[in-house]
This record gives sequence, structure tokens and C-alpha cells, in this order.
Amino acid sequence: MFEAILLTVITASTPLVIAALGELVAERSGVLNLGVEGMMIMGAVSAFAAAQLTGSPYLGILAGIAGGALFSLLFGFLTLTLVANQVATGLALTILGLGLSGQLGESFVGMPGIKLQPIVIPLLSDIPFFGLVLFAQDLIFYLSVALVIGISWFLFKSRAGLKLRAIGDNHGSAHALGINVVRVRYLAVLFGGACAGLAGAQLSLVYTPQWVENMSAGRGWIALALVVFASWRPWRLLAGGYLFGAVTIGQLHAQAFGIGVPSQLLSALPYAATIVVLIIISHNRRMTLINTPASLGKPFVPDR
Amino acid sequence: MKKLIIALTATAAVLGGFASGASAQEKKKVCFIYVGSKTDGGWTQAHDIGRQALQKALDDKIETPFLESVPEGPDAERAIERMARSGCAMIYTTSFGFMDATVKVAAKFPDVKFEHATGFKAAENLATYNSRFYEGRYIQGQIAAKMSKKGLAGYIASFPIPEVVMGINAFELGAKSINPDFKLKVVWANTWFDPGKEADAAKALVDQGVDILTQHTDTTAPMQVAAERGIFAFGQASDMIAAGPKTQLTAIVDTWGAYYIKRTQAMLDGTWKSEQIWDGLKDGILTMAPYTNMPDDVKAMAEETEAKIKSGELHPFTGPINKQDGSAWLAAGEKPEDGVLLGMNFYIEGVDDKLPQ
Repeated sequence: MFEAILLTVITASTPLVIAALGELVAERSGVLNLGVEGMMIMGAVSAFAAAQLTGSPYLGILAGIAGGALFSLLFGFLTLTLVANQVATGLALTILGLGLSGQLGESFVGMPGIKLQPIVIPLLSDIPFFGLVLFAQDLIFYLSVALVIGISWFLFKSRAGLKLRAIGDNHGSAHALGINVVRVRYLAVLFGGACAGLAGAQLSLVYTPQWVENMSAGRGWIALALVVFASWRPWRLLAGGYLFGAVTIGQLHAQAFGIGVPSQLLSALPYAATIVVLIIISHNRRMTLINTPASLGKPFVPDR
Repeated sequence: MKKLIIALTATAAVLGGFASGASAQEKKKVCFIYVGSKTDGGWTQAHDIGRQALQKALDDKIETPFLESVPEGPDAERAIERMARSGCAMIYTTSFGFMDATVKVAAKFPDVKFEHATGFKAAENLATYNSRFYEGRYIQGQIAAKMSKKGLAGYIASFPIPEVVMGINAFELGAKSINPDFKLKVVWANTWFDPGKEADAAKALVDQGVDILTQHTDTTAPMQVAAERGIFAFGQASDMIAAGPKTQLTAIVDTWGAYYIKRTQAMLDGTWKSEQIWDGLKDGILTMAPYTNMPDDVKAMAEETEAKIKSGELHPFTGPINKQDGSAWLAAGEKPEDGVLLGMNFYIEGVDDKLPQ
């Protein structure tokens, strides 16, 4: 029973964690991309379509990543090359993504999906209790864990990561030091798009293997909130994503179990928990300031 | 934030939709407002199939622009008002949550005929229409009681409105007519449309031991979970057999087309008047999808019940019925007024849930 709940929590949390990780990297470089929902849904439709057309869910994953990344390129071009307002462009990206994906996916509605099968790791999956939960999962879950470790190392232990954070903190100084601000930001935005696309692929290949319009149902916005919640740190983001997933699934189980708490209150719990944690985090102003990318959302125009 | 975006999308869609429709002349506009996407595989799709039937039947006299994914709440009022301003002669608003918005806009446009689905507020130029879904849910309850090995079904509900509560009660009544000890677990997803969340709710119910699933939400995700876990389920609003060929027992299929044609024709003829219409199985406003994946005797029982409801011999809500706390609601042989059913805000005995108030 507990195992079953954990499995459901993992499925529900994985897309949030992956999409939020991508956005975290983009925001660490100083780019605020509010188009996560749009990139996610583009990833979902690309992944579903590719899996249907080729019969392979793995090609579906690749298509999801490519779909999200390509779509983010549009955002990059508008905000980095043309220096358009990031907030407005991000919102537009979401609107466009929701509409475009509906259009592209129209002929795939109602088709039975292809589910990405779990990869059972021998020996490790025999560990009692946690074995099946952690080591008999699908590829996208393993990727999500690898991404947390990789991004954490990249940002705080690698030279390239230091440069990326430097740009996010003060793009003027980074530019003066000879770092190519626009190029690094393009890469960060692309990475964010790829992650959102991968999260979308998880939705249409693992979570609910089907395609319906608007199937992301606001998960991109939750991913955005998670980044702030995690104060731009990957491990906190992982914890936050799973906390959110656990509370969401927990309240459904509490209802099915017949605990006499109003379901509206239970449904609000994940969001209430987020607010409480945000209050606790923001209590320590100095730590918040250290982690917040100072150039976040500001336009960059090289002066020479 | 999300609402804002949807509002912007909706506005853009209205502008786009009407720019293209403006060139056609003479044809009357009969407009539709949808809460979901027209290809959701459930509630909205059923309305859109009805709209297509209407368009086909009266093709030379009308055109039928529609607006998808309009959120319930203040944005709905703006969307409906825009439709009214654009010259619609008649507007169907197809979700319970559009009720107050429809009432407000209808008061501003006395010459436009409004029809609101599943609501209870009418006006001179505002009719309401609804389908007796509970008749289908009663049949489903009977099938569930026959097919469940554990005598326990799971019900994925959307919002605690009378329509949904009535459905839960009808399902439980049907089940109890076969197995008096039948229990029903209810999970409120607090959404009409979120495949992920609906699937999560389905998994939670299955993990807690139910072996039949039924839903009052709009996507096929719960059906998919049922198929994966090897249990049976009922489809909602549209035939969902594609999502669970070996899983779906039957489905309540909303067949609005005949109603839309009848009412639109009345509007064209000038005989339209505001009514509060509540049609059922016998009127063809809902039909049961083929009874599948069950033994012949269960199928025969379901067909017999369906025939009895159609002939009027059987009313699902016939006393004696107790409320959840055991207090008496209907005496033996007593049937409730429609108004009581439409305002239903309590569970009957046997529902294993606390109704959110």
C-alpha cells in the first residue's frame, strides 16, 4: 500500500522536477522564461506524435526534448536577440504553445497511447521495499535524478557553471570580463526548453499515455513556483517537487480512506504548504539574496 | 495568471472566429460556449458532436460558431457577452459553472435566446436544459454490484454540486438494489479536466481496494488506469471504449444533437419559449454505450432496467431511501420532486464519504 502510494507520488512529481530544473538553469543565467507551460505541452504533443508514428516511446522522448528545445528557441530569439520583454514573451509562449499543440495534436486525440515501460535494474531492484520503488522505474525518472546531480555539480563545481551564475548575477560585469552573455543565455534557454519538453514527454508517455489538449493542466506554472520555492538550488528543488507530489497524492488517499476533512481544504494543501515554506525561506533575507540571480529578467544590451 | 492567459486566448479566439464568420450573410448564428476542448473525449466533445448534428440538419439556415476552453467564472461572462454582441441569435452555454454569467448576459440582451445546460436559473429569454444522467448511473450501479467481487466501487467526482451528488446517490441506489451492503468510496478531484490528477485519483482508489471505477470527470485517464490495473470501469459523457476495450462495461453517452435541433428549429420558427427542460433516456438525450465485458445475465439485467426506466415503470429514486446518517428521506413508494433532485446536497445511506459542504 505504502509502496503503491510512493510509486504514484514519483509519477506525479517527476514532470514537475524536470521542468523546474530546466527553468532553474535558465533563471540562474538571468533569463525569466514564463513559457514553461507552453514548452511542456509542446513536448507532450511532439513526444506522443513521434511515439505513435514510429512505435517507439524512446524516439518519443527524443522528439519531446527536441520539441521543447525548438520552441524555446523562439523565446531566445525574441528576448535575447531582439531584447523583447521576457515576462510578456514568456506568457505569449505559453498561449502559443497551448494553442499550437492543440492544433498539431488534433488527429491524435483518442488514440490509445504507447506507455514507456520501466527498466528494472537487476540486483538493486531486489532490495526490499525501496528496490522496486527506486530501481524499477522508467528512463525518464532515472534521467530526472541524473539531472539533479548533474546540474548541481555543473552550477556549483564547474567553471562553466560559475560563468553562468556570474552572468545571472551581473551581466554587465560578466560581459566586461569577456564572457559571451548572449551565447550562454541561449544555451541556458535551450536547456530549459529541452527539460520542459522532457517533462511533457513524461506526461504523454508515462503519466497518462494519451494526448488531450491542455493535458499539462497548469503543471508548468507549478514548476515555475518550485524554482522560487527552492531558492534556485537543485536539491531543494527535488525535495520541493516531491513534497508537492506527496501532498497532492496524499490528499487523494486521505479522501479515499474516508478521513473526514473537506476535500477542498485537502486540495488546497499542496499550495498552502508551498506558501508556508516560502515564508520560512524568505525569513532569512541574506540567504535569499545570495541565491537570487540579481539580473533575473533584466534585458541585456551589450554596450560595445 | 493561468486564468488571465485563458481569457486572452478566449478573446483572441472570439475575434478570430468572428472575423471569418462575418462575411456569410442571411444565416442565423447559433453559438456555443464550451468549458473544455472540443476533442476532450468526454463532456465537451459530446456537445460538439451535438453541434455538428445541428449544423448538418439546418445547414442552409444557420452557422454554429463556438468557443472552446472558456474557464468558469468572470472570464465566462466576458466570453458570452462578446458572443452576444457579435450577433448570435441563440447561445448555448454548456457548463454548470456558466450559470450566473449566462443569467447576467441574458439580462443585457433580451433579443438573444439563451440556453444553459444543467443549471437551474431561467429567465424570459433563458431556458435551461439537462439530461437525467442519474438514470444511466442507476443502471451502472446495478452492473457494478453484479461485477464487483468485493462489493466496493470507486467514484471520481469533480465538484460537490447537486448534479454530481445526485449521480453518486443514483449509482449507490442501483448497486444497493442488487447488493444491499454495497459500498462506494468517493474521491473529489476538484477539477473537471486534468488527466494527471484524474489518473492519480483513480490509482488512489484502486490502491485502496476498489475493483470497479466510475467517474464524473471528463477525460479517459481513469479508464486507462482501470485498464492497466485490470479492473472494470464506466465511461463518462462519451463512449470511452477506445481507452479500455476490455475495461469499459458501458458508458453514459450524452446525445445532445436531437435536443439542439428541436430547440434551434423552434427559435427559427418563432415558437421558442423559455422552459426548464429535463429529458431522460426515453427522449434520447442520453444513451447507454453497448454493454460490454460482462456475462449475458448481467447484460440482460441492464437492458431490462433500461427498458423499465424508459417506460416510466421504474424511477431510480423511489423510497424507502434513508439519508447517509440513517434518517428517513423517502417513504416506501415515494418519489422526489424534480426540484428536490436538482438541489440535492446530501448523500444517501451506504456512501462511504463525507460530503464537502
